Amino acid sequence: MSAGLFVIGATHHRVPLAVREKLSLSAQAATELQAEFAAIAGLREFAVLNTCNRVEFYGVAASPDALASVIAAFCERQRFDAAEFEKIWLNLRGRDAVQHLVEVSAGLDSQMLGETEIFGQVKNAYAAAQAGGFTGPVLNRVFQKGFQAAKHVRTNTAITEGQVSVANVAVDLALNIFGAVKSARILLLGAGEIGEKTAKAFQSRGAAALTVASRRFERAMELATSLGASAMPFEQRESRLGEFDVVVCATSAPDLVVSLGATRAAMQRRPARPLFFIDLALPRDIDPDVAKIDNVFLYNLDDLAKIAEENRAAREAEITKCRAIAMEKADALWRQVAAQVESLARSDPAPAPSPSGPAPIADPQGITKGQ
Amino acid sequence: MLAEFTDRTWLWTAAGLYLAGFIQGTTSLLRQGRPAGSATYALIAAGYLMQLVGLGIRGRAVAGCPLGNPFEIFQFIAWSSITLYLVVGVTFRKSLLGYFTSCLAAALTLLSLAIPAWDATQRSHIFGSNPWIELHAALAVFSYGVFGLLALTSIMLLLRNYSLKSKNLGGWFSFLPSIMDLDHIGVRLLGAGVAILTAALAVIALFYLRDTSTANILKIATTTMVWIAYSLVFGLRISGRLLANRFAWACLILYAAALLSIPMVDQSRHRPPQKSTAAKAPAVRPV
Repeated sequence: MSAGLFVIGATHHRVPLAVREKLSLSAQAATELQAEFAAIAGLREFAVLNTCNRVEFYGVAASPDALASVIAAFCERQRFDAAEFEKIWLNLRGRDAVQHLVEVSAGLDSQMLGETEIFGQVKNAYAAAQAGGFTGPVLNRVFQKGFQAAKHVRTNTAITEGQVSVANVAVDLALNIFGAVKSARILLLGAGEIGEKTAKAFQSRGAAALTVASRRFERAMELATSLGASAMPFEQRESRLGEFDVVVCATSAPDLVVSLGATRAAMQRRPARPLFFIDLALPRDIDPDVAKIDNVFLYNLDDLAKIAEENRAAREAEITKCRAIAMEKADALWRQVAAQVESLARSDPAPAPSPSGPAPIADPQGITKGQ
Repeated sequence: MLAEFTDRTWLWTAAGLYLAGFIQGTTSLLRQGRPAGSATYALIAAGYLMQLVGLGIRGRAVAGCPLGNPFEIFQFIAWSSITLYLVVGVTFRKSLLGYFTSCLAAALTLLSLAIPAWDATQRSHIFGSNPWIELHAALAVFSYGVFGLLALTSIMLLLRNYSLKSKNLGGWFSFLPSIMDLDHIGVRLLGAGVAILTAALAVIALFYLRDTSTANILKIATTTMVWIAYSLVFGLRISGRLLANRFAWACLILYAAALLSIPMVDQSRHRPPQKSTAAKAPAVRPV
């Protein structure tokens, strides 16, 4: 009996972080594992997807033994008990494997629903397999058409709309004000973790002019150096306020660190350019009355968290629609490749000798999730 | 069959397409929560071509730029706004600008078609053989088209400002351009409109310096007041004294006033002409 098209692996859905750490492959280990897979008789094509939330093997196997060899090779390399692996694994065949690939590529299977980074990771995994000569007519078609299907899901639904982290929501708000953050001058007040994350989110979207100020100047210098930014004495925060477009406040100060008067004075120096305050501090750092000034926008931690939560809910509301599209596309794609899979699996009737490891899969067309 | 279409038939078709763009945009916003984008753009472009044909036929019939009555002026303003939208709208394709533009164009064209009195008098050869007056009229009305698009970006600026201040960013608001983008395009449109209107006034000033007897004082005074008001707003904006919401409101109010002045000014055409020493073309009146 042919094993056909398969995906086997471990994902964040069923596998806790502590176990995923044990299963995670380093770049070196992934390369070596691919070489081992290439030597498995009856394994016609394969690709390895290895991210922090999943390790998955896509492939076309001529026999259940070939599949068992894949699992055995992986478990042996990771020194992980194969029987334990079978309890937590993701194990899909045929059409369901195709649908899984589409859903993963579209971000529907991600921990942060709708995130787009996974699309690039799947593309890289496919490119690596292709470069190594491990893919063939089936996986080439499945991956390429799968990418198109994932793009279709993302374009025709709201699954990727709106940011779901506080830091990225802040950047999106800045984009709504300035259009682009590339030329925006950003001041980070406070050198804590949340401020740093927000500053990094701005940098990841192209912000170049970042200044850090903290009560402890040496800490500001340290953070500025690690971010490739400049540092400024904390005492100058109000006198130089007009030089900045976005002010991220995340200090632990018990009192206000930016007053209404200082903001008014700053706006008089730059009346045509908006000023965006992001107050992430508790207690708040910025006088709430600054929001009443024309061209001044103030968002605090609650505001950002509320927007992030609304966006998350909106994405979750889209999941049924997305899955329906993914299902439809997977059906169509499976109809295109099913015969090819069958013929490829039959092309070499001699299965590889069964290594010690998990028992051969009895029902190759069945869906076995996390057995 | 197309050859049998009258100018009004083409213009009705254009108005229908603009309205279709608006309805389609509304439907898309209500059902999908996003603007129709290129579909609206295509409907507006199709309407623009129909309107161009209609205005072309009317232009041939009146032997000049069709600006002889309120109907023609409103049509020309709508056409001017669409011309600009088709140029600048490319960068705003996924925003609500197309939706608002189709709304403005449908409102102006349907209003002008729905009031028969506005098109009751079709004057031909209104510019006589003087191309300078025709140029003045065309430039002046085109500037109104520019100010029309400015009014739309002002509405969008007010909405974007409201959404950010009220922290209501979802739904339709997410398709509005940024504050800075809207401000930049607003300043550019205002500058362009003032420049075009200045050119229109300069042209007619040169003409009247030679022959004051044919001057329509009410019309010139109104156009000059519109020019002064927009120039003042432009000056205040550039100097940083009229910004954000107040700038947007000023542009909106001025545009409403400018539109309302058109039928009133047009009434002055019906007054008996003053004695003209030149008396070459009694119907020649700058718009």
